[in-house]
Order: sequence, then structure tokens, then C-alpha cells
Amino acid sequence: MARYDRAITVFSPDGHLFQVEYALEAVRKGNAAVGVRGTDVIVLGVEKKSTPKLQDSRSVRKIVSLDTHIALACAGLKADARVLINRARIECQSHRLTVEDPVTVEYITRYIAGLQQKYTQSGGVRPFGLSALIIGFDPYSGAPALYQTDPSGTFSAWKANATGRNSNSMREFLEKNYKETSGQETVKLAIRALLEVVESGGKNIEIAVMTKEQGLRQLEEAEIDAIVAEIEAEKAAAEAAKKAPSKDS
Amino acid sequence: MRPSWRMRTACGRRAGDTLFDSRLALGNFPSTFEIKRVGSNSVEAFEKLKLLSRATLAFIFKEGVIVAADSRASMGGYISSQSVKKIIEINPYMLGTMAGGAADCQFWHRNLGIKCRLHELANKRRISVTGASKLLSNILYSYRGMGLSVGTMIAGWDEKGPGLYYVDSEGGRLKGTRFSVGSGSPYAYGVLDNGYRFDMTVEEAAELARRAIYHATFRDGASGGVASVYYVGPDGWKKMSGDDVGELHYKYYPVVPTPIEQEMVDAPAA
Repeated sequence: MARYDRAITVFSPDGHLFQVEYALEAVRKGNAAVGVRGTDVIVLGVEKKSTPKLQDSRSVRKIVSLDTHIALACAGLKADARVLINRARIECQSHRLTVEDPVTVEYITRYIAGLQQKYTQSGGVRPFGLSALIIGFDPYSGAPALYQTDPSGTFSAWKANATGRNSNSMREFLEKNYKETSGQETVKLAIRALLEVVESGGKNIEIAVMTKEQGLRQLEEAEIDAIVAEIEAEKAAAEAAKKAPSKDS
Repeated sequence: MRPSWRMRTACGRRAGDTLFDSRLALGNFPSTFEIKRVGSNSVEAFEKLKLLSRATLAFIFKEGVIVAADSRASMGGYISSQSVKKIIEINPYMLGTMAGGAADCQFWHRNLGIKCRLHELANKRRISVTGASKLLSNILYSYRGMGLSVGTMIAGWDEKGPGLYYVDSEGGRLKGTRFSVGSGSPYAYGVLDNGYRFDMTVEEAAELARRAIYHATFRDGASGGVASVYYVGPDGWKKMSGDDVGELHYKYYPVVPTPIEQEMVDAPAA
């Protein structure tokens, strides 16, 4: 069997790892994904590119659960994501077996990020081309958490973040409009962020909400449409309010 | 190197005997453990040598966990030491008891302490007693059949409250509220099971443990020395007492002047 020991990810003269940076490019071309942390829920939203008529959309779930209390959404190469998700799921169960406790969000994020880093420093492999948004509730303290990892293997915790296509505009929107929310308000904030860059409609957005009691719940298209309608109505009302005073003057 | 290793296996197996007996006494162990014992050379070697025997016990009660042990080490009929530390401090809130091969117990408890500390550093929270005992039991299981001899109780206080697990070198791991391990364990169990109540105070519980160890050392020749009692509470472990069992004997059974029934007098001169 041929030995794969030649490193592919090597430093450039000015200290860059080009393979990692190219992987980040792949992420930037991937579908938009957003995560928002509320006080009692965490929401993940992903842009859904239009499904071909003959495709069974249920087989293309973009938000997956890693354990009963942890979920993940990602932007980038979906096949790489599948590999990472499978490894993470095994690690979640392995942790339950060795210490008889569910993983914390931080632990599994550290594991996934560690895996992504390993593939930037091993022979014969390329980095994973995806950034993951990992959400969950801490099994001990019950606190909600949102973490993001990227192809270089770094990770950090966020109150709200976006990745993938047009993530900068989404992040700007979130920075301007983020405040501590709970329940439906958090869902609305996530959808509003997505709507900045995605064509409106339940067909193009996939939303999942995680609560401590019920775990992960994927919202139906009809529910999403209803919330989108609410948001549009609010927007219209706000614009009308803005126009009204100027009309009077 | 080989022979002494085998001998340690032997005393491990012998120690294992009493371990299995005491577990059979608990009524929830299959006798198939007897069948799985290692071969005959260990039995021969055992006859000659018995490195460590003991009376150790631990139980959970309302206020926490009490861990107690004697301190005698015997080799056959020779008492090699009266001052062995059989309760090992893994970290400030977890204790392990030593039973079986002394070196095995000391090394693996030390190793467990290292792993617990690494877990703390990586995860920014203390490891649970469940997790620590599982780590130890997984390690011991991977050395199964290679002659390790460890029969230990891991006791501690974590976020879920007091925890007590029995872990041995067969790879077994039991969660429980009352355990006693060692050649003196049947005697200790008698006193412990009789006097145990869940809602004791710390002093009452420590006294019960002390008495149980004392009675084990009284009847079992292989246990003796000093009865150490530790208490593990929400703030960690604390050594309650370390009393010489000889002195405890006179405390529990003070000398009572017996009435003289017949007194010898000199025969009157004929």
C-alpha cells in the first residue's frame, strides 16, 4: 500500500497556510448558515437552495443532531461535513460510555475543531472545507451555547454568528440588531438575519430550534412562512411609520 | 522478576477470593467468577505469600461518605507492617482504598489522580466520581488477565452529591451505598449492616466505621494496626481519626473487675 506521508498543507514564505485559506474560500461559497443564542432556546437557520422538482427534500437535511442535546449546521463541502458529523456522533457516545455523562457543547466543539486541525497537519490529506455552527445545552448547568469552528481548527463561542455566503452582511445585521431574546423572538431574529441575504420564503430557509426540554425541532415550511409573513408585516409597518411623519410635514 | 510478579498475581487472586466472597455475600454476583481464576501456579505461590490483606469499608449516608481502613500488611503469618496507608488521596475531594497488590493500587491511584487533574484542566470542571471510577475501571479492564491485583473503592463528592464505586482488576465496577473489602470484611459487614442508618450525623457515622474496623481487626488475624476514618463532604475529604485498634479494644471493652468466686489461700499449717 502506498504510504501517504507527503504534507499537502505547508507554510508559504509569508506564514500562510494556503490550503486552509482556500478551504475558507470554499466555505465562503457554501450556503448561508446562521445561529442565534437566546436565553432558553438556540436557533439554527440555513439557506436552502431551490430543490429540484424530483429530489426528495427530506433527504437533504442541513441541520443535524449530534446527540439529544447537541445540533450542528455547517457551510461548505457537504461531503466533508458528513465525515465530521459521523466522527462527532461517535465521540458523543464514546464520551457517554467512558464517563457516563453527556458531552458538553464545548467538549464536542473542541473535538471537532481538533479533528479539523489534525487534517491541516497530517500527510496526504487536505483540510475539511467547512465551518460548523454547533449549538446545544450544557447538561450540567442547562446554559445554552453556540460555538463556531472553521477549517483551520479554531473555535470560539458566540451569542450569534453567521457563516457561508454573504456571512459578513448577516453578521453586520446581527451586530446591529442583537439583543437578549427568548422563544419566538430568537427564531424571528435568526430568520430576519437570513432574509437579509436569502430570497424570501419558507421554501428557501431551513430552521431548527433547540430547547432544553424537547431537544431539536425542525420547523415546518408552513411555520416558517407564517413567521416570514409576520416579519414582513412588521417591516412594512415600520416603513409606513417612517413615511407617515414626513407626509404630514 | 517473573517469580515475584507471579507471586503478586497469587496474592491478588487470593485477595480476589475474599473479594468474591464478600460480593457473593452481597447476593448479586454469579459464582462464575470463581471459574475464571488464573492457573495453578498462582495458587501454589499464594500459599507462600500474601502481600496485603485488609479490612476496608466505605458507605454513603446523609451527610456524605465515610471511608475507613486498617493498616496491617501481612505475609503469611508474618506481620510485615502495622502502618500501611490504605486510604489513598486521589485529589482533595476523592479518596481510594487500597486492596490487593499494594504497588498496583498505589500506582494506578496516582495515575487516576493525574487523569482527573487533566480532565479538570481540559473541561474546566471537576470530574465526577462516576467518571473517575469509569476511567480507572476501563484501564484495569485493558490489563485484564495480566496479573494486576486491585480491589478498590472510589469515594468522593461531586455535583450529584456523594458517590461510591467499587472497582477491581477483573474490570468490574459496582455502584453502591455500602462496601467492605478484604479478609476482615465479613466481620466489618456484620457491624456495619447492623448499625447503619441513612440519617446519621458525621460523628455517629465515623464511630460506626471505627467500630466496624475494630471488630474486623479483632477477629481477623490479617487485619490490625491503626483504624483510620475519613469523611468526604461537600468541601472535600477530612481525616476524622486514626486510632490504634489495641487501644480501641479497651475503649469498647474496658477492664471490668470480675467477682472472685474462689480464692486460693495457703493451706493452714498442718
